[in-house]
Amino acid sequence: MTIEEFIELFEGEMDEVPAEGLKPETDFKNMDEWSSLTALSIISMVDEEYDKRLTPSELRNSTTIEELWKLIEAK
Amino acid sequence: MSYKNPFTLQEKRILVTGASSGIGRSIAQECAAAGATVVLNGRDEQRLNETLSSLEGSGHCAIAADLTHFDTVKQHLATLEPLDGLVLCAGVGQTAPVQNVKADKIQGVFSTNTFAPVQLLQMLVKGKKINRKASVVFISSIARQKPYVGNGVYSASKAALNGFSKVAALELAGREIRVNCIEPGLIMTSIVKESVFDEEQLAEFKKTMPLGFGAPRHIALGCVYLLSDASCWTTGTSLVIDGGQTLI
Ligand SMILES: NC(=O)c1ccc[n+]([C@@H]2O[C@H](COP(=O)([O-])OP(=O)(O)OC[C@H]3O[C@@H](n4cnc5c(N)ncnc54)[C@H](OP(=O)(O)O)[C@@H]3O)[C@@H](O)[C@H]2O)c1
Repeated sequence: MTIEEFIELFEGEMDEVPAEGLKPETDFKNMDEWSSLTALSIISMVDEEYDKRLTPSELRNSTTIEELWKLIEAK
Repeated sequence: MSYKNPFTLQEKRILVTGASSGIGRSIAQECAAAGATVVLNGRDEQRLNETLSSLEGSGHCAIAADLTHFDTVKQHLATLEPLDGLVLCAGVGQTAPVQNVKADKIQGVFSTNTFAPVQLLQMLVKGKKINRKASVVFISSIARQKPYVGNGVYSASKAALNGFSKVAALELAGREIRVNCIEPGLIMTSIVKESVFDEEQLAEFKKTMPLGFGAPRHIALGCVYLLSDASCWTTGTSLVIDGGQTLI
């Protein structure tokens, strides 16, 4: 999956997306729109789309969208 | 005069599902320790046999079968001796927020947690495999009454058991068969370890548990009570064993 596709899926899990949209370098956990519920949604999305298990600590330890995308791709 | 322990399970044959792991394994061990002859069920043969060889006493046996495969289960039941106790403990967890709940996920959880135990009880009752005065225990969860984020489908699958068990208790009372639920709180078994919790979240969780985390045996001992004649006038109830988790 390309990072652009990943960003689209990521945005799909959020209640509200920042006006400027998400970028590979976005520090996603520091967005106002981020919540623990979004975290669970991202985990479910990864499970569905990639059939891979992302753990909360992996999510917590990733800073940018790109980092997270790479981590999932490498799984 | 010698004291007869009212909590004994001597001369009782008890089927325990989910006995290859966690809470079900501990229930099987406690039942055997209390004198019962235990029939174990789980899917993983190796872990099931580990439970089998850990049991006190003799005459126990294991049936490896997936309880969602009703035809296979029915074949196994044909040769089963009638039961004095049944513990429906096999179950799976799932974490998905409302927006990620889809039909296949609902189906997956309900088929193991709800359809399978209800169908197993049906087959046993219909096949006259449950003796008079027997005791049936459904392992529900405090999740059926307490909401946790992401736990919707699991909660619903367990709440259904509480509903069903009361009707079963009413219907089977004529044969003096008792039907009850146990609602465990959070216990560190594979179901929890494999769910999305991590250390940090668990530490947060612990703060909401007045008596700290539970152990499988805490549930198993409650189960022995409900299976024994000590609870002969208890039916249609649900026993919360949660270290006070539902108080907060
Ligand atoms: N741990 C908790 O905090 C907690 C709290 C409340 C309620 N509960 C309930 O307690 C029960 C036991 O859970 P646990 O914590 O002991 O989890 P566990 O260690 O994961 O054990 C689950 C058991 O269910 C069996 N199982 C699952 N699907 C099955 C199927 N289709 N057919 C036959 N057996 C199946 C497993 O067998 P294999 O491994 O052989 O496949 C295993 O023996 C569950 O119903 C759970 O919902 C647990």
